[in-house]
Amino acid sequence: MKQFNELLASCKEVAFDLRFTKAANWKLADKSRAIVGFLPIYFPREIVHAVNGLAVGIMGAGDHKQIIKGDAYYQSYICHLPRGIIEMALDDSLNHFDGFVFPAICDCIRNLSGMFKLAEKGKFQRYFDYPQNFDTLIGGVFYRQELEKIIADVYAINKVELTTENLNRSIKLYNYNRKLIEEIYKIRQQYPWRLSAVDTYLIIRAGLAIPVEEHNIILEQTVEAISNERGEPMDNIRVVISGSFCEQPPLGLIKSIEMAGCYIVDDDLMLGSRWIQGDIEDNSNDPLTALTNAYLTQSTFSSAVYDVGNPKGKRLVDLVKKRDADGVIFSAASFCDPALLDRPELQKACDEAGVPHINFQYHENTGQFKVIKEQAGTFSDSIKLWA
Amino acid sequence: MSKNATEAIKEKSMVIQKDMLANLFHELSKTKETGKKVVYTFVPGNLTELILSFDMLPVYPEINALQSGMRKKSGAYIRDAEKLGFSEDVCTYVKCDIGMMLNGNIGPTGEKLPAPDLLLLSYTGCFTFMKWFENLERLYPGVPVAMLHTPYQEDGNITPEQVEYMVKQLKEEVIPKMEKVSGKKFDMERLSKMMANSAKAEDLLVKILETAKNKPSPIDAYFAGVYYIGPIFTAFRGTDEAVEYYKELYAEVTERLRLGLGPVTPEGELKEEKFRLVVEGPPNWTNFREFWKIFYDAGAVIVASSYTKVGGVYDLGFRHNPDEPLESLSKYCMGCYTNMNLPQRVNLLADYVKEYKADGFLINSIKSCNSFSAGQLMIMREIEQRMEVPVGFIESDLVDPRYFSYANIKNRLESYFQMLEQRKIIMAQDAEKV
Repeated sequence: MKQFNELLASCKEVAFDLRFTKAANWKLADKSRAIVGFLPIYFPREIVHAVNGLAVGIMGAGDHKQIIKGDAYYQSYICHLPRGIIEMALDDSLNHFDGFVFPAICDCIRNLSGMFKLAEKGKFQRYFDYPQNFDTLIGGVFYRQELEKIIADVYAINKVELTTENLNRSIKLYNYNRKLIEEIYKIRQQYPWRLSAVDTYLIIRAGLAIPVEEHNIILEQTVEAISNERGEPMDNIRVVISGSFCEQPPLGLIKSIEMAGCYIVDDDLMLGSRWIQGDIEDNSNDPLTALTNAYLTQSTFSSAVYDVGNPKGKRLVDLVKKRDADGVIFSAASFCDPALLDRPELQKACDEAGVPHINFQYHENTGQFKVIKEQAGTFSDSIKLWA
Repeated sequence: MSKNATEAIKEKSMVIQKDMLANLFHELSKTKETGKKVVYTFVPGNLTELILSFDMLPVYPEINALQSGMRKKSGAYIRDAEKLGFSEDVCTYVKCDIGMMLNGNIGPTGEKLPAPDLLLLSYTGCFTFMKWFENLERLYPGVPVAMLHTPYQEDGNITPEQVEYMVKQLKEEVIPKMEKVSGKKFDMERLSKMMANSAKAEDLLVKILETAKNKPSPIDAYFAGVYYIGPIFTAFRGTDEAVEYYKELYAEVTERLRLGLGPVTPEGELKEEKFRLVVEGPPNWTNFREFWKIFYDAGAVIVASSYTKVGGVYDLGFRHNPDEPLESLSKYCMGCYTNMNLPQRVNLLADYVKEYKADGFLINSIKSCNSFSAGQLMIMREIEQRMEVPVGFIESDLVDPRYFSYANIKNRLESYFQMLEQRKIIMAQDAEKV
């Protein structure tokens, strides 16, 4: 138990180390190593891993950094995440990064890529455009070209060629990583008291800042630890959290929901680590195509992906059923157009399926949780008493 | 020109445009009788010629929203959408459009707008467009959606691969759906002919906007500019009517230029041009005339603006090309202002400051529009450093009247104009010393 608690403490340290010391140290060991920072949500880290790089998730400064310069770059009505990231860039926290990838999830992240270009941060600043066409011969071709651009960017830095063998190996490692994460969620579905949502979050977030090989060991240890009984079952309801895919809520918010009597049995926090559903083919002659096909056909639902023909309302309700959840907590960052514009439709889908729900908004540095705790507590009580 | 406190002064071209729009909305209200099909789509990266080539009629939800804003109806529409669960934080164009739909979908002429037969989601330069049409798709169940994903100019250019991607989408996704909805076969020759007209109108629009390089400028390229771009950014690009409209407008503007006259404002001709400004960001629509008045009362003329480039940055040379219609539509979509990366935007705005001999650079930052607003403060710093002109920053919204604070904006602008005035005096003194 002591060992596992130490593991959790180290995950917390890594997850919120805004200077990314582990990654910086990793890079020092070999001159051909490169660090590529990526923003939420999904980025196929396999392509960087395969060319001796480390893709590091930059999930925002949260409530771990005082924002001074960042606020001078953003108006009050723009979400909090980019101001924390520009603050980190301007105070040299990201100096050991070789390049940055900005996935196409919203206008704020898109324009942040331009701000990094103007500020000349990193050797490359790449806006990574997800195709919104899912035909392999149209969107697939486009997506592959987007992947090739990043491979070329990294090659320009470390001169490491991509090989089929290496990419297959990387795919295998990340397949295993996702499998272990899903195993943790599976165990938590049945025994949510064995690992709190906060600890789950820390374990997964830490994986964005260290090599996948190391993270897989942490995950294996976690699976082992929670395969045995630990903690005490509580009279809690079971909820799914929806809407927090990009700007991450402060830990205090997740903790408040749990303390208010809710087991969080699924969520879209750290969604990028769980984006691909199932394994990607890891022994093909053309692993780039395998990665492309996985994006087109195995992506989870998200506010960043066009969903006509596969509505996310239905997919959320399916998830609630799969996790045997009692309700949904819609928890989105303020001024997040994608999440907040999805909310009415997701709520409607829940209403039609008889799934109770509540909603609130937060900033990554929200400091007051009393109202949220009361709201979640009332939600929990109402379900326990009357559902 | 007669002056009336309540009725705006209108030039002939404005009357022509008003008639064009009235006819369009009337035609839209009669689609049940005429059987014409209706396509909802967006202004940036619109495929108007393609829609018209199938004899379908376009409807632009942003235009409906801004019209609702100007007619003081947007506030109530937005509140109705918020009652449905839409957050106060999100795009007010979306909420206004949904509120308008909930209230009977009455267009600006008081006639009911028809429901769409096709939702053409050509989302250029604005991620929210996708969310908007996902919502509309659920509000109009069963209506097909044609998605055209426009890649962003992240490297500051349009690549052959991006063009190929878009052309494939046009051929495999957009055109087949248009054929199905309209019941007509795609006619490349007809599209090509329309594009020749588009290019003619685009040539004229560029000439009109570039007259603002003269001192005094015969036009206001922001407040009046939004009228000038109306036909070409919406339902008329590619038509004979649009070419005729721009010929008339160009004649009016060149005549004012010949006579050395300033821009026409709602209260008549501006007598003295005191300040020349480049403006970044869309205008506020709920208080459009009051907003404009603050500028013309101070003798401030907008000589160039980014907003008049959201439907095409034609002054950078792009023209619709009849010889390669689908490739040309693709390049057009990718070339619109909000699909340009931030360094490109800064370069364009810096060039405007230089070429239009602007005294200052002003940003109207819109609460609703992250596509424009995110990064604007950095754009402002860059322009200030590179061009060494005074910069100003005001905040409002597109169509939510709750975010237009007249006193606050007036106060800020007056301070800004004082700063410009002071700088002019100092520069004149320095010039005398030399």
